[in-house]
Amino acid sequence: MQRRVTIGLITILVVCVIWYAMTTGFGIIPSGRFPAPAETWSAFIHVSVRGYGGGDLSLHVYNSLRLVVLGFLFAVATGVPLGLLMGWSRKAEALINPIFLIIRPIPPLAWIPLAILWLGLGDAAKMMVIWFSAFVPSVINTYAGVRNIDRPVIEAAYMLGVPKMRFVGEVLIPGASPMIFTGLRLSLQASWTTLVAAELVGAFYGIGRVLNVAQQDLYPGMILVGMIAVAILGWGTTRLLGVAETYALRWNTAALAAKG
Amino acid sequence: MQKQISFTQSLLLGFLGLGSFIGLWHGLAISGMISNVFLPSPVEVYDRFTTLLDRRFAGATLQGHLFASFQRFAYGFILAALVGIPLGLLMGWYQLLDEIVSPLFDALRFVAPIAWVPFAALWFGTGIGGPIMIIFAGAFPPCVINAYRGAKFVDPRLIEAANMLGTPSHRVIREVLLPSSVPSIISGLRVSAGLGWQSLVGAELIVASAGVGYMMVQGQANISTTTVMAGMVAIGLVGLALDSALRLAERIIQRRRGLEN
Repeated sequence: MQRRVTIGLITILVVCVIWYAMTTGFGIIPSGRFPAPAETWSAFIHVSVRGYGGGDLSLHVYNSLRLVVLGFLFAVATGVPLGLLMGWSRKAEALINPIFLIIRPIPPLAWIPLAILWLGLGDAAKMMVIWFSAFVPSVINTYAGVRNIDRPVIEAAYMLGVPKMRFVGEVLIPGASPMIFTGLRLSLQASWTTLVAAELVGAFYGIGRVLNVAQQDLYPGMILVGMIAVAILGWGTTRLLGVAETYALRWNTAALAAKG
Repeated sequence: MQKQISFTQSLLLGFLGLGSFIGLWHGLAISGMISNVFLPSPVEVYDRFTTLLDRRFAGATLQGHLFASFQRFAYGFILAALVGIPLGLLMGWYQLLDEIVSPLFDALRFVAPIAWVPFAALWFGTGIGGPIMIIFAGAFPPCVINAYRGAKFVDPRLIEAANMLGTPSHRVIREVLLPSSVPSIISGLRVSAGLGWQSLVGAELIVASAGVGYMMVQGQANISTTTVMAGMVAIGLVGLALDSALRLAERIIQRRRGLEN
């Protein structure tokens, strides 16, 4: 472990040195193609102090983060129950699955033009596409999770005459929860991809808006700042979800041991 | 789990579900509650689809746009496989390479492929190069990860046996590592084809002058909802065909290996 961390740090350091050498040092890469470290820094100062593309950095970050979190939560709140229902009831599965089969092959990003036609460039259209992209992984993984619950566990609960509500709360949801969290991670990733794409196509605020304006202005420093912001936000929200997962699954010693 | 239901029952329920979905859509569209401009009926979408097949819209017929999209996709996808699979295998084999590349790879993975659009446009233009780079960004990670897993989780006894018999390193890679990681690689290709196709659509919505995504953006600009929906259908169909083809390949390889359950 120690060795891995050391080599990792050295690698990142070397990449930074190469970055500096290639741009500022020897000027092999022209600054019109890729920004030098100093240019990136000044772009960062520019967007956080004076603002860029309609607002300062905190406003853009706030807007993007708010949309992703809301869209994600909304998708989870609708997707997980539907997945539980489809996993539990064969009839519901038979009824709903064919609709899924025809909608699923359409990539979430392909809904963006339709969302803009229906709801314009504001928040509603973004919520719609984020909901769409995050909904499908939530449903499918929850559904698979229910189907993977050990048969004897369900039969034992039945035999002991567990009432319906307690069965859902104490057998179905905990049993499916490892898969549910896998679904949530995929949903979260999909939410970010879709949001950035939707904001690049058209938006008033948000990180995608910054990227879009920077692209039109041929401002490489700002493009890099936008990309770093997207990466940090994606990483942070994934970490947060990981913490929630560890907390929610703390009873599941086998899964924790497998995670290391 | 509830009891299994009979095949005819599930078929019946399936048709009921699909029927009520399409019926609801059709009903809403023709009832006039929602303007026809925004919610055309399924019949109108189908009509538009067939019209697009022989009349040009946004510079080409639907087949023309699909061909342009698919060409970009094929270049980006093949490039990702050619670079990603060897990199993944080598990372699985040489620990030092793994330790050097992994942190960079992990950092880059959190950048959504679509966020590469501005740089892709700046470096390679909006013709064919830019979209290829975005498809590459989408399709590359699954190729690397699955090849890496395939190489990392090869049965150690096979490698020990090869080592004991004095097989040189490059032959171990070619004759033990590569063949035994093929199933994992193929699954990776399926995932990356899906992500690549999705990134392509995103790229074409933002920067392109041909392709299905471009056609949809033009449809959106002309407030032609039927064109947008026809585009979604076409994208879905091609995505489905790609996925089925790779799924078939996966199954064939698993069967040949006797891995099928």
